[in-house]
Amino acid sequence: MSETTESTVRKAFPEAVLDASEIDGVLNLKLAANFLLDVCRLLYSHDDLSFDYLADITAIDWRDRIEVVYRLTNLATNAKVVLRVDLDRNDPQVESVSSVWKGAEWQEREVYDLMGVRFIGHPDLRRILLPEDWEGHPLRKDYVIPD
Amino acid sequence: MEIEKPFDYIERIPGGAIITTTVDKVLEWGRECSLWYFHFGLACCAIEVLMAAGAARFDLDRFGMMFRATPRQSDLMIVAGTVTKKMAPRVKRLYDQMADPKYVIATGSCANAGGPFADSYAVLKGVDLIIPVDVYVPGCPPRPEALIYGVQKLKEKMRSQVAKKHNLSEEENKANV
Repeated sequence: MSETTESTVRKAFPEAVLDASEIDGVLNLKLAANFLLDVCRLLYSHDDLSFDYLADITAIDWRDRIEVVYRLTNLATNAKVVLRVDLDRNDPQVESVSSVWKGAEWQEREVYDLMGVRFIGHPDLRRILLPEDWEGHPLRKDYVIPD
Repeated sequence: MEIEKPFDYIERIPGGAIITTTVDKVLEWGRECSLWYFHFGLACCAIEVLMAAGAARFDLDRFGMMFRATPRQSDLMIVAGTVTKKMAPRVKRLYDQMADPKYVIATGSCANAGGPFADSYAVLKGVDLIIPVDVYVPGCPPRPEALIYGVQKLKEKMRSQVAKKHNLSEEENKANV
């Protein structure tokens, strides 16, 4: 299944996959950020793969870059895949996948709230957990806690 | 803990049937015997302290303490749990909606001083930063007995406020029946 997923993506978008590895038995695909939405549409709508459930969106601050992680699941076969994109830390932007999975909306709002990643095309990108007048994004490594 | 008789305030002329007291003492007695509380449960302390203390085993009802779901009918606000910075304006607003005289008990480490979340970006380091607190009950969470002890301490404070107003000493204030 992993090979099929990887080869399907590689076949459709030869330049999208920067790196592929297997972590704890789950395929991890490092994608070029500008291909993310296309790859997500493919994985969602593909007849065999059909990753119909976006389990999680999260982000990691590596200090030199911000990595956004998408965990997808096929609820029928329980197949899983992880997508990763690296973003510029000074101005992290990536296309929203809320048009593919409706449930991505709030998850992207959370990542925006805590990490400051801007999701282009998101219908309602505002803070979800912190007060609306909050300054900064607290899960960034250089965030200073106000007194 | 031994619970003092509410009639401790009221002086009776020896041998007579006349009771003399002050309006303040009677009002205070009424207040302390019907401390209706506003259950401000924000985290696990609400389960451990308020629900356990209010239920049959510990039973706050026997002190005349009835749970109210609205600040407008409450004399006492029991803040139980972690006050986040997002919740803080709501806590303040609901406190402001209570009618005077009003009292606050902060229950548990979080409400007292932020508890284990004191280093968090999102948690207020003690509810006393936004509203005045009368009694702090420490513990993580405190036992229901601790809350009941805190309530008794609050009643002592209420009594001492009356005594202060009339310049009475502790003994005079507790004049026997």
